[in-house]
Amino acid sequence: MILDLPRFVAAERAYWNELQALLERLRQEPNWRMSIAEIERLHYLYERCSADLVRLDTFATGPQLRAYVESLVSRAYAEIHETRARSGKIHWGAFIAAFPRAFRRHLGAFRLAAGLTLLGCAFGWFAIRADPDAKAVLMPFPALMQSPAKRVAEEEGMKTDPLHGHKASFSAQLMTHNIQVTVMTLAAGMTWGVGTIVLLFYNGVILGAVAADYVGAGYGQFLAGWLLPHGAIEIPAILLGGQAGFVLAGALIGWGERTSRTDRLRVIAPDLLAIALGAAGLLIWAGIVEAFVSQYHQPVLPYSLKIAFGVLEMAALSIFLARVGRA
Amino acid sequence: MTPARASALRIETPEGVVFSLRLASPVLRALAWGVDGLVLAAAATAIEKSVRVLAVVSSDWASALAVFLYFAASLVYAMIFEWYWRGQTLGKRMFGLRVVDAQGLRLRPAQVVLRNLLRAIDFLPGAYLVGVIACLLSRKGQRLGDLAANTVVLRETTLVEPDVEHIAPVKYNSLAAFPHLAARLRSRADPEAVRIAVTALARRDGYEPPARVELFGELALYFRALVTFPEEAVEGLTDEQYVRSAVRAIYGK
Repeated sequence: MILDLPRFVAAERAYWNELQALLERLRQEPNWRMSIAEIERLHYLYERCSADLVRLDTFATGPQLRAYVESLVSRAYAEIHETRARSGKIHWGAFIAAFPRAFRRHLGAFRLAAGLTLLGCAFGWFAIRADPDAKAVLMPFPALMQSPAKRVAEEEGMKTDPLHGHKASFSAQLMTHNIQVTVMTLAAGMTWGVGTIVLLFYNGVILGAVAADYVGAGYGQFLAGWLLPHGAIEIPAILLGGQAGFVLAGALIGWGERTSRTDRLRVIAPDLLAIALGAAGLLIWAGIVEAFVSQYHQPVLPYSLKIAFGVLEMAALSIFLARVGRA
Repeated sequence: MTPARASALRIETPEGVVFSLRLASPVLRALAWGVDGLVLAAAATAIEKSVRVLAVVSSDWASALAVFLYFAASLVYAMIFEWYWRGQTLGKRMFGLRVVDAQGLRLRPAQVVLRNLLRAIDFLPGAYLVGVIACLLSRKGQRLGDLAANTVVLRETTLVEPDVEHIAPVKYNSLAAFPHLAARLRSRADPEAVRIAVTALARRDGYEPPARVELFGELALYFRALVTFPEEAVEGLTDEQYVRSAVRAIYGK
């Protein structure tokens, strides 16, 4: 018990100041590697301040004093009880392998994302076949409004490069837009997955409607040549966003799980990070391909070459996701 | 029914020490976000001016770089700062806020990235409406990104003791002659009331005489009701002198 508060404060203030200075240094220099002696001193100061906090609890104190000592103890607690190494180096090998590993751990969520997109595709396909006038509602994009025959004739008959002088900026816009869509598909998992379901289904509807429009008009090869080079990467990347969204929703709901929601979210957080970063990397590649390859058609780039390129990309991505990081 | 919003987060360490962390209010968080928005706006201007140099070589590549850099800056600004500054962005640092793990531990990279990625949904339909509603409904004041990443935003505490010698000078503090009663006064006094008393003493010369008498009368009434000191300790003390002595006793002077 503290009998003389001013004397107690005077005696302990030096230790509080020392701990505060140490914590401040840790804040200013995040990569500071403490020596054993410094770690021991930090531990001693943490224990001393913790003891002071307990002693302050047994006695009346000035209104701000307890809050201050509490603040020191809480900050030191975070440092002392942190067992995960804070390495300044990024281990690229482990970092790259974490993405396919996380993908494989949650394969069910990816299948669900793919299934919902396919369901949307089927809906879009049959809606356009049943009612071609629904095009304006299902595909509200000016570039897709004209008839496939007219567009193919225009694209194949072009004498000049329509993207000349703004290919790079077009590519950057595609990348940023697609990354935003993917992040939103992931984040929508916080709506217990409802938002993710809606976004994936809607993406599928657009894809199915476009496919029905072009295939129905006999331009399936043009469509494959146009979509596959970038779509072979872009569509799986958006599905990965959906996968991450469902993993998040699953942890939030926790069907059949006995652990707390906090623990479930803690467990999946690194996987979400790996999938999100992996998808972002894929979308950067897809943005480059869409601006520099996809927009060029026969006779500039033969459709067979574009389709083969897309198939190769898809095969490479499948092998990467299935094989990399296996023990 | 939603749980009542807590003003502090209580944590018990393995050593059995209990401490509480003050949670940041939504208003302070909004102000910090405003500052961060200004920082990003400044970054956008800087990016635009920097890429103009590149436009001499290729306006297309300059424009692409500007689009990509601004997107990257807006996406990773908070992630980078919160990681390197241990839970603080420029705005949070300015307002003394810090993001920490909800168990009081240090932030992990996955937590930093996740809480910032989920801004996409917290921001909907605009101006962080979803985030603000989630924040107000959550007991720990967490937006959806905080809930997913298991983080909370705290208000840091620093020891700023008022200069009691200057604002409440007395030649002899009769209340301090009864240390057990002074201790009881310290334990019973509401920190907010003490803060008001300190402010009133610091500004006492600026009040109109009747207002001054009334204010210190009310404050003295509050402190007198907390602890009854013997007659010899309070004899001859005016209300203002009593408040001064009480504040000094609370601060152990």
